[in-house]
Amino acid sequence: MSSHDRPEATAAASAPAREPEQQRPAAPRGTESGTTTMAGPASGGAQTQPGRRHERQRRRHRSGGGGGERETPPHAPQGRQQHERELNLDELRELSELINEQGFTEFEIEREGFRLRISKQTFALPHVAVHPQSAAPQPFVAPTVTPSAPPPAASAVDGTTTAPPPDAASGPQQPGAGEELHKITSPIVGTFYRAASPTAEPFVQIGSRVGPDTVVCIIEAMKLMNEIQAETTGTVAEVYVEDGQPVEFGQALFGIKNQ
Amino acid sequence: MPIAPRKFRKILIANRGEIACRIIWACKEMGIRTVAVHSQADRDSLHVRFADESICIGPAPSAQSYLNIPAVISAAEIANVDAIHPGYGFLAESPQFAEIAEACNIKFIGPRSSVIKLMGDKVEARRAMKEAGVPILPGSSEPLESEEEALRIAREIGFPVIIKAAAGGGGRGMRIVRTEDELGPALETASNEALAAFKNGDIYVERYVERPRHVEIQVMADEFGHCVHLGERDCSIQRRHQKLLEEALSPALTPELRAEMGTVAVEACKRVGYANAGTVEFLLDEDGRFYFMEMNTRIQVEHPVTEMVTLADIVRNQIRVAEGEELAYEQKDVIFAGHAIECRINAEDPMTGVPSPGLITACNIPGGPGVRVDTAVYPGYFVPPYYDSMIAKLIVHARTRELAIARMRRALEAMVVEGIKTTVPLHLRIMDDPEFQAGNYTTKFMERFYARNGGAKERAAAAEPQALAAR
Repeated sequence: MSSHDRPEATAAASAPAREPEQQRPAAPRGTESGTTTMAGPASGGAQTQPGRRHERQRRRHRSGGGGGERETPPHAPQGRQQHERELNLDELRELSELINEQGFTEFEIEREGFRLRISKQTFALPHVAVHPQSAAPQPFVAPTVTPSAPPPAASAVDGTTTAPPPDAASGPQQPGAGEELHKITSPIVGTFYRAASPTAEPFVQIGSRVGPDTVVCIIEAMKLMNEIQAETTGTVAEVYVEDGQPVEFGQALFGIKNQ
Repeated sequence: MPIAPRKFRKILIANRGEIACRIIWACKEMGIRTVAVHSQADRDSLHVRFADESICIGPAPSAQSYLNIPAVISAAEIANVDAIHPGYGFLAESPQFAEIAEACNIKFIGPRSSVIKLMGDKVEARRAMKEAGVPILPGSSEPLESEEEALRIAREIGFPVIIKAAAGGGGRGMRIVRTEDELGPALETASNEALAAFKNGDIYVERYVERPRHVEIQVMADEFGHCVHLGERDCSIQRRHQKLLEEALSPALTPELRAEMGTVAVEACKRVGYANAGTVEFLLDEDGRFYFMEMNTRIQVEHPVTEMVTLADIVRNQIRVAEGEELAYEQKDVIFAGHAIECRINAEDPMTGVPSPGLITACNIPGGPGVRVDTAVYPGYFVPPYYDSMIAKLIVHARTRELAIARMRRALEAMVVEGIKTTVPLHLRIMDDPEFQAGNYTTKFMERFYARNGGAKERAAAAEPQALAAR
């Protein structure tokens, strides 16, 4: 899902929350304890609003169909539910409506000091939520599958293997990218460097032409400098990571416009 | 050589599934930050969700992810961790991995790589144990050089014998030989299988005990030479050498035998300079004699039953020992209370054992008194086909074995997993089995159980296959 035009909902998220520290794949997740206003529809009423209903359902259980009313034992491995700052209930409602309208099954947002994940369980493909850490600076994370198709188990396996990292074909995931970009992803775990040495020029810039053998960056792993080749032809349209940033396997490094 | 204890700030868990979660729980209780590594297929895993940080290290296949040493070490470096806990399986018993971690100044939570290497070579381990005064089964003390040698030794020790891979373990790469005629061909195939599975065709031969019990002793040692044992586990209930169910303590042991086996295990550990958690596996024959089988230099799947009866926290102990702390207790402080049983819940057809990966649509984890569930599944979780099929361990603890069986039965009934097949029905039947209830079983149990309960297909699934499936 690309950028959304609701200022309150997106402002903080699309803001430079994507500072270098937060782009690390190994970024600390918000484990700070604090009030979580997500837990409660504190105010009465508003039970009929779609957004609110979904919020409650997420809180209560994850099993059953999407939006099902069944009482099942809550298992709630929601992980980090503590947030340092209170989340405005209006914001939350808007987010929930947004999720519902757009038909998402999973939604994740991270800001300074807080991270929120909302998941709507359906019988859809066992989608693999793309973590913000593994994809480039983007405020929202789109599921790779729509919730409407009940898939057989066989294709579920495919879904699992091919889903991340998000490639250009799965649709606009980078804010501002608009069209499909071929993504060069990291084949290893390590530290990303844009140039051969601290004083050298970067291998490529936005606008640089690349061919299959063009070295686009170095990823250092265990003291070894690995040159990463483009393996494609085109122009560099996006650079998703910063110099010196740790990267994980499959993390998007560059967006190439194939020509 | 005493070194100042150093507290870990951050630990990387080089594993997945329930054991990764188990290690995370211990770390959380100790205030240690956790880093999870995962394959692309495990992005939605519980261990990734609950760790403080997570790093994707490769695509789904284990060889490119969880077994990928450069990827794991690189992740440890960029996350700047103090130590790595390897869990069980994967790289837990890789001396190379332990060595590389140490070379990168990251503490490997386990024994030294030289000890891992020693125990990993089954021939060398036998020799080391023999020198340490541990009873071993009569057999060859070196890898077999020729068929003539094998025949000579087999005649000395008496048939039936079993041929084993020196680099093998965990029930793989083995062949039973009952007559002299079978020996030649069996040696050939065993060696080829060993070469294919473990890249090492060395084999040795041992006396084969027809109806043994598999009893293992949990040991815990610090880096200063102190070592204790935490009692035994009976793991005789196995299907194709894969454990299905474990108990602590063993119905077969008297306190005297326990003390004897425990002492032997501890002495052996001290002799080889063992540190951290470990398990010495013994074979108990029908006359109550025990023989060393192998030693596992890591935490084991079934460690919870020991934790329940001793109130020990083995993972916590592992971390403390690795931090350089001395063992806080002595053998006399080790107590045993009650009885514990663990059932391994696998995503498999309960009778045939055929794997059943897929989407878990509904799931209830049992609770109540004396019930512990170590798991990484949740409703909506997709059990991937790439890894081990175990999805949960259901453990119960009660005052007596009889009460524990009743408790396990009711817990199993409440262990609801829908969308995939699991071994829950099998365990329910085992709980009702008279031979199991009597406690008088050997490693032949599953074969006999199927004969009582199943048809020919299921018997075949349980039986000792001559063409051994490496699993």
